[in-house]
Amino acid sequence: MRAFIGFVALSLIAVGLALALYHIPFGQDRMDVARDYLARSVRDTGAPNVVTGIVVNYRALDTLGEVTVLFSASLGVGMLMTWRSPGGGRPLPGASLIVRRGAGFLFPFILLFGGYIFVHGHLTPGGGFQGGAVIASAFLLLYLGIPGYLLARRPLAAIESLTGITFVAIGIIGLAVGGYFLNNFLPKGSVFSLFSAGVIPILYMVIGLKVGAELAGVVANMIGGGEE
Amino acid sequence: MNAGDPMVYAGAVGLILIGLFTVITRRNLIKIIIGLTLLDGGVNLLLVAVGYIQGRTAPIITPAHPDTARMVDPIPQALVLTAIVIGLGVTALGLGLAIRVYGHYNTLDTRKIRGLKW
Repeated sequence: MRAFIGFVALSLIAVGLALALYHIPFGQDRMDVARDYLARSVRDTGAPNVVTGIVVNYRALDTLGEVTVLFSASLGVGMLMTWRSPGGGRPLPGASLIVRRGAGFLFPFILLFGGYIFVHGHLTPGGGFQGGAVIASAFLLLYLGIPGYLLARRPLAAIESLTGITFVAIGIIGLAVGGYFLNNFLPKGSVFSLFSAGVIPILYMVIGLKVGAELAGVVANMIGGGEE
Repeated sequence: MNAGDPMVYAGAVGLILIGLFTVITRRNLIKIIIGLTLLDGGVNLLLVAVGYIQGRTAPIITPAHPDTARMVDPIPQALVLTAIVIGLGVTALGLGLAIRVYGHYNTLDTRKIRGLKW
């Protein structure tokens, strides 16, 4: 019965989506605002990566909201998991020698790669969220590889709070200097160089560290344990 | 337009439908969360596909490709970047809730969880 209702509902949704997509032919130029963004991105923001220009400059306020949503989710997971009844979680089975040694060996390189991704977010594909996810995966690897590994929560919480405050502080400085929140107040520099695009690399570094700390915290809370 | 192009939409819509079907019919909370993830992926794929323009490159200006008239729509990509992160948060929170529910009721079956009947 439930499958039948589901099937009927899905058929309706499928027909609706098909009717809607019928009027949107695939692969054709429908840009309106985007053409303007593409043409002005380098001049306005200094970032050759137009997606970064949109996410961290034109629509940086939305990104602040997005970071807040991720923070709330991380906070929610933390609250849910610390109330766990004692003795509920099973210990992880021990990893093999290869995983143990490999985790220790790869950890600094994964951190370096994550840092590279968010530092170069304004020039190449990538950015704060992607780099932060890579950094969190390094900590996940440590959890899987090293039995009894515990992530220190205090530095994690400190990084998360400090980066959040820095994000808002940069926005307020922009408001004071240029007249609107998250204004790109630093000099743009020369295009395609690492130190360019004003506050964008700084904001993306802040986002990368914050997302990395939050996701590592989610991993730590999911796996359980910890000193608190 | 090539003959295979509607398949891109069909794939994305297919993922959305599979995800919705899983959410509606499955009774295991973990499977419902997997369905949500599939739904999320399908919607993201659909958004990026709508922003794609035939024969154009990624919206990243490089010294070798400075021509912005030959790039795809960057706005759906920026939107999807946000949506992926939100999807991750939803999944993490959902899994956390599922673990708590299992700790309380000792089951993940939605039929046996009192107060979740529909």
